[in-house]
Amino acid sequence: MNFITHLGRYSLMLKGMIAKPENAKVYWKEFMQQCNDIGIGSIGIVSIVSIFMGAVSAVQTAYQLTSPLIPKSTIAQIVRDTVILEFSPTLVCIVLAGVVGSKIASELGNMRVSEQIDALEIMGINTKTYLVMPKIGAALIMIPWLVIISMVLGILGGRLAGNASGILSNDTFDRGLMENFTTFNVWFALIKAYTFAFIISSIPAYYGYHVTGGALEIGRSSTKAVVVSCIMILLSDYALAAILL
Amino acid sequence: MIEFKNLKKSFGEKVVLDGVSHTMESGKTNLIIGTSGSGKTVLQKCLVGLFEPDEGEIIYDGKSFTDMTQEERTILRREIGMLFQGSALFDSMTVEENIKFPLNMFTKDTGSQKRKRINEVLDRVNLKDANKKFPSEISGGMKKRVGIARAIVLNPKYLFCDEPNSGLDPVTSMVIDKLIKDLTIEYNITTIINTHDMNSVMEIGDNILYMVQGKKEWTGNSKDIIFSDNKQLNEFIFASQFLQDAKNMRMMEAKGEVPEEVK
Repeated sequence: MNFITHLGRYSLMLKGMIAKPENAKVYWKEFMQQCNDIGIGSIGIVSIVSIFMGAVSAVQTAYQLTSPLIPKSTIAQIVRDTVILEFSPTLVCIVLAGVVGSKIASELGNMRVSEQIDALEIMGINTKTYLVMPKIGAALIMIPWLVIISMVLGILGGRLAGNASGILSNDTFDRGLMENFTTFNVWFALIKAYTFAFIISSIPAYYGYHVTGGALEIGRSSTKAVVVSCIMILLSDYALAAILL
Repeated sequence: MIEFKNLKKSFGEKVVLDGVSHTMESGKTNLIIGTSGSGKTVLQKCLVGLFEPDEGEIIYDGKSFTDMTQEERTILRREIGMLFQGSALFDSMTVEENIKFPLNMFTKDTGSQKRKRINEVLDRVNLKDANKKFPSEISGGMKKRVGIARAIVLNPKYLFCDEPNSGLDPVTSMVIDKLIKDLTIEYNITTIINTHDMNSVMEIGDNILYMVQGKKEWTGNSKDIIFSDNKQLNEFIFASQFLQDAKNMRMMEAKGEVPEEVK
């Protein structure tokens, strides 16, 4: 299948999922389940990645800023801006593409192969609306929150590492955080988070929903979903930076 | 009653259904039989709308399924129950939740009404003590029975069963066959079963469609099949000497003769 065919089927899947739910209560339950799986289920890995990302960022920035003319508080500024602008939205979403994306693709793939999706269709349920929409909706709600948590923990990680390794004191770090802060950077990060959340949920859903074959194909589609999601995240990261900055 | 006329379906160059026409009667167990690759599953999937036929018409009780809009089909599908070959139970739900799912989705029943209905169908399929178990914790035969319970929980008018006996031992197969037959009569359902199981053919075949390479080869019931002189059908049904002997015994019984072995 070529790119145009994939794009067409992907668009049809997105179009097909926009329909009135058969029973709002059941859909709400499914949506909350997905919020739990995607959001709460990913907090652990997001926290670990974020703290170390901020810590390493602080240590490496200090290593490169050797000039005595540059104040130590600049390290905090650099950590803050790199974490907010790039590390939290992009790096965390690439990690989430692996964690959440592979889960979505393999879950839907398994449902397809074991005829569970056919069973839902036979019951008269719009499977795209029931299975895909709650996942995309939950990702759009939860992933920006995860990115916000990541920003906080990343900066906290930088502060802890800076203090623990004697690079700069907590007071200096806090003073640096307040200097030259641009609110737009946070909005820019959130725009990226929403874009990446859509990519992370919809592309794996597409690959999982259209699996044909058996266990081998589920694995293949899961891998393909993660790879394509990561590439799309990087491409849209560049596009958004070029357009908005 | 489900009627289909001149159904054709191809996948690329491969013709899977080649102008099949037949009528599936209500209150009867309608069997589709044939060797692997004869088009049974594709026919059944066309009938429920999982595949779109290239040509032909499907009529559900006088209403053309082929001409229905997606919304009309969705409404009709609520009158269809289906038992899949692998049962297709939802892994993340318990037996009770699997059966409750269609009730939650399509009825406004209260919690106690739902519980009552679940207990009724579980009782009907002899699965009273399994309602808190997950599909991974129950046997293949139990899964089939849960699949049947889920399929009948909304009182369907049409019941489709894809290889209901596959992977089951002969005793469990007979239990499943009897259950399907009883439900068909009890609720006056139009039941369509794809099967390879010769015991099912002989025991519950009210209306049999035998397919060869996507075409209708023979139709009749389980009594007609014994007297059929269709060579392909005889080779398919009575493949072994044991089955051939069983056929001869049945023929003699039907003619009122007593087999020598019995004397």
